[in-house]
Amino acid sequence: MTQNIVSLASIGRFNNKKPVTGCAASGNTSCGSAAGPDDLSAEVWQKVQDHPCYSEDAHHYFARMHIAVAPACNIQCHYCNRKYDCSNESRPGVVSEKLAPEEALRKVLAVAAEVPQLSVVGIAGPGDALAQAEKTFRTFELIHAALPHVKLCLSTNGLALPDHVERIAQMGIDHVTITINMVDPEIGAQIYPWIFYRHRRWEGLEAAQILHERQMQGLEALTAKGILVKVNSVLIPGINDGHLMAVNTAVRARGAFLHNIMPLISDPAHGTHFGLIGQRGPTPAELRQVQDKLGADAKLMRHCRQCRADAVGLLGEDRGAEFALNKLGEVKPFDPHQREIYLTVVEQERADRQKAKEAAQMAQTNETPVLVAVATKGGGRINLHFGHANEFQIYEVTSAGARFIGHRRTDKYCVGGQSDGNAFDTTLKALDGVACVLCAKIGDSPREKLAAAGIEASDHYAFEYIEASAITWYATKARNEATAASA
Amino acid sequence: MAYKIIAEKCNGCGSCEFECPNRAITAKGAIFVINPGKCTECKGIFPTPQCAATCPVPKCCVQA
Ligand code: SF4
Ligand code: SF4
Repeated sequence: MTQNIVSLASIGRFNNKKPVTGCAASGNTSCGSAAGPDDLSAEVWQKVQDHPCYSEDAHHYFARMHIAVAPACNIQCHYCNRKYDCSNESRPGVVSEKLAPEEALRKVLAVAAEVPQLSVVGIAGPGDALAQAEKTFRTFELIHAALPHVKLCLSTNGLALPDHVERIAQMGIDHVTITINMVDPEIGAQIYPWIFYRHRRWEGLEAAQILHERQMQGLEALTAKGILVKVNSVLIPGINDGHLMAVNTAVRARGAFLHNIMPLISDPAHGTHFGLIGQRGPTPAELRQVQDKLGADAKLMRHCRQCRADAVGLLGEDRGAEFALNKLGEVKPFDPHQREIYLTVVEQERADRQKAKEAAQMAQTNETPVLVAVATKGGGRINLHFGHANEFQIYEVTSAGARFIGHRRTDKYCVGGQSDGNAFDTTLKALDGVACVLCAKIGDSPREKLAAAGIEASDHYAFEYIEASAITWYATKARNEATAASA
Repeated sequence: MAYKIIAEKCNGCGSCEFECPNRAITAKGAIFVINPGKCTECKGIFPTPQCAATCPVPKCCVQA
């Protein structure tokens, strides 16, 4: 457990840094170089810029952690079978460790001692964080007392939300995520078979109607208190794909600051209703089409990777297993000093990365953009072995710029050095439409297989900044092609 | 009369324990069990047995 999540070794300057005072060490990076998106108020941007789930820039540097203290749920979704974790905030097919509040605290302290980047702790399941709200609040109280600098967030389906808004505000929880898949009960009835509300089970239209009303009430009450609310919607082709614009309008009107679209992940092996009846998830292109329609919101949230309820990590790296309760020995005390050093380094890294990007950019051209996939474990650098990538960051690149558009998950095809042919197919699928993969290292065999699929792979930019490298790669390629054409 | 939990079906979510008005349900390892001595089938308190109404697994909380 000596290696830090952001692979601090790959940011060489970490080791010989002294803490400084001033804005960089204060924990809020308001003098950071990354500009806020045009349509967010300064106040909102201030709240989200260091949040690894919300800010496109921060997710390279700050880590989030979800703790699974909420196994019970009060609604049934057709994309969940409750044998596994909830797939709205979690990865389907995975069972997370269930923790009592005191155990959760122990785990958070263990992570904070190892990972100075830890800045957000969330409760998102595996059931609903507010179905047994006491447990969730008790956990937050313990964490806040021990680590006051850590931001707290929670995710809920909204059914119990109106009853707890007061408490959420009192506790200083400043981000809440609500999963809202519909604003029309007719559509809701196709997604939710039943809810448990006021001591009885409701089904069909009635259930969807109650859920819808409670979600809207909860959302309004939260935003009225100045709490940031993100809305997640699961894109279910054929059921709510055409309806998500209406959801967007409704939640925006009630003050949601972000609306994030996530793909339905559906597989018969998960035993969910949707999985069993063959309801498919969206293709990457379908997902992108809907995200594009929703505009700027999607830009902020495209890196959402549906982390598991007990995920610990940054970007595609998941270190949850490392911090399993039964593996925790004596927990080291949290050292604020380490965190200050880290924040100083992040300040410089962010500024340098921006400079490198600007330097590599050329005047606006009318080139056709291409997709570049990047293997990274954080720090905004190309610093992950191709075979170790759980996911790729996808950038749309021209010689005028590199724009982050999302991430695509893959099964790790290299586990313990064994290459698995089937998993490689999954990787190829994830790389659909991509022109080039930038990674820290890649073996000859996968390189050849990628070439056969028409995908270039390069480790030429190992450990360099992502955007600057992608732009340089594109410009070099364009120059070579021009030379070849004129020869 | 009392309710019981079918052990092989229970996923251990704890929803039933939380809802039971008689504290008749407790954890036993990774799953939950009903103490038949304490279970009243929720009669006189709620219109339907709460464990069965909240349990996410079909036919997991049933009449013993
Ligand atoms: S609600 Fe059902 S699945 Fe959950 S613990 Fe009780 S019996 Fe088990
Ligand atoms: S039927 Fe009612 S009293 Fe009996 S175990 Fe279930 S919830 Fe408790």
